[in-house]
Amino acid sequence: MNWKELVNQLFPQGHDIAERECFLSGSAQVGHQTVTVIGTTEHTPIGIEIAQAQAQAVLATVRDYPGRPIVILVDTQGQRLRHRDEMLGINSYMAHLGKCIELARRRGHKVIGLVYDQALSGGFITSGLMADACYALPDATIRVMGLPAMARITKVPLERLTELAKANPVFAPGAENYFLMGGVQALWQGDLAQQMQEALEKADPHDRRAALGEERGGRRLAHGVMQAVMNDGIAGTA
Amino acid sequence: MSSYLEASGRERIHQLLDAGTFEEFLPPARRIVSPHLEQLDTPVSFDDGVVIGRGRLRGRMVYAAAQEGGFMGGGVGEVHGAKLVGLLRRAVADGAEAVLLLVETGGVRLHEANAGLIAVSEVMRAVLDVRDAGIPVIVLVGGANGCFGGMGIVARCANRIIMSEEGRLAMSGPEVIETANGVEEFDSRDRALVWRTTGGKHRYLLGDCHRIVADNVTAFRDAASDAIDEAKAGEVELSLQELEGEQLLLEQRIQRFGDCADPLEIWSDLGVPQAKKIPMLEADAFTAIANAHRLGAKA
Repeated sequence: MNWKELVNQLFPQGHDIAERECFLSGSAQVGHQTVTVIGTTEHTPIGIEIAQAQAQAVLATVRDYPGRPIVILVDTQGQRLRHRDEMLGINSYMAHLGKCIELARRRGHKVIGLVYDQALSGGFITSGLMADACYALPDATIRVMGLPAMARITKVPLERLTELAKANPVFAPGAENYFLMGGVQALWQGDLAQQMQEALEKADPHDRRAALGEERGGRRLAHGVMQAVMNDGIAGTA
Repeated sequence: MSSYLEASGRERIHQLLDAGTFEEFLPPARRIVSPHLEQLDTPVSFDDGVVIGRGRLRGRMVYAAAQEGGFMGGGVGEVHGAKLVGLLRRAVADGAEAVLLLVETGGVRLHEANAGLIAVSEVMRAVLDVRDAGIPVIVLVGGANGCFGGMGIVARCANRIIMSEEGRLAMSGPEVIETANGVEEFDSRDRALVWRTTGGKHRYLLGDCHRIVADNVTAFRDAASDAIDEAKAGEVELSLQELEGEQLLLEQRIQRFGDCADPLEIWSDLGVPQAKKIPMLEADAFTAIANAHRLGAKA
């Protein structure tokens, strides 16, 4: 779905979201409240400039509109793969964006992510995955790499990977698999505006993704291992 | 003096902390391994490539993790990531004095990449939770595999980063960039260029790393202890003021160096004398020259 159609469906009460070089920003009305909207479009790679622009919009919201919820619309092919970005420290720009979102959360801003097209690797880690809850449209693409690339790197035959991926969501891309692993809160179908409103009401600042992954059977070990670390040797020598 | 680079993660954590004080959580005897690697008939490791626990550093109780670059390049999988998150959460629950992350990783482990991606974001949020509890997080980078991928982002969420000259910190590895955009974009076999772009000295000059040390465990130990004091002297948790300052620095970086093609141009622009000789300098000599010219926080 293109971003204009998307935001019209998400925010039927009105919005002023504009696009500039694949960076989306503006505000929108959800029920009785105004929300800040940031995002990207056209699968754009996240380079240092777009990361910086998103961070700027988050900081401006924290400074000028205390408590205003923030919605992040995700469509990216991942981090930009250029020497210049690495030379200037793209990891610092990504971290900065992530920290700005975290600061907003700590100051009481609800943060909702929505993958409406593509979400890959480094472009996702400091956007949708930093939200209180990240949602996805059912046909969204979410992955680090596709199965053919994974077969090349792991030297496991593609046929075997494809077979394994049917039963283990950790191997295969896709919004449904990220739902099973707890990385995506829910898939949205039907009335998007209604679901956005509900998501804002339900937003929880605590990271419960590992527990969700366990409940849904897509990441069976993560939560248990975290708990085991918390309890290991508790009668020990601290 | 033993080399940090050549030591395993397990050796580093034992040598870095006060002798005999390290207590490991979920040690290899518990055999908590990756179920996904088993499915792929790939060898597993009984600690899934990361050692976590607590011990003392100059008498202070610190919680620490060390990634094993020798196992799958230190890649973060489901169990590996969960061990890191568990350690960070426990540091908050137990009221640790600091957290040390001895990072050596290529980022997400590609054999279980989807779980690894979520795990890295959980680590990132857990690091910021630790800081929010007023507990400093210190990252050490000096292993052969550097600190790449999502963990390069996590590192920059910590209070301080200590690197050796041999340490590398970035996001996408040179091979990944070369594969995607050609050898003209980034020649991954040009070791000098790779080092200039991702190495500790460049990161120090840009202000993304706070201390450069020689490649030995004692130097890292001293620097880690100092870093805890330095972090505690300031504001440990995130603040609007800190992030507005960072926003400005990062904006200025693009304006000032956005047209540079090589880190050498950046070093010259910063006024570093004889920039070409920077790669040859020992840590102390480098620091003495760099401090007059580097950006960002004072060492």
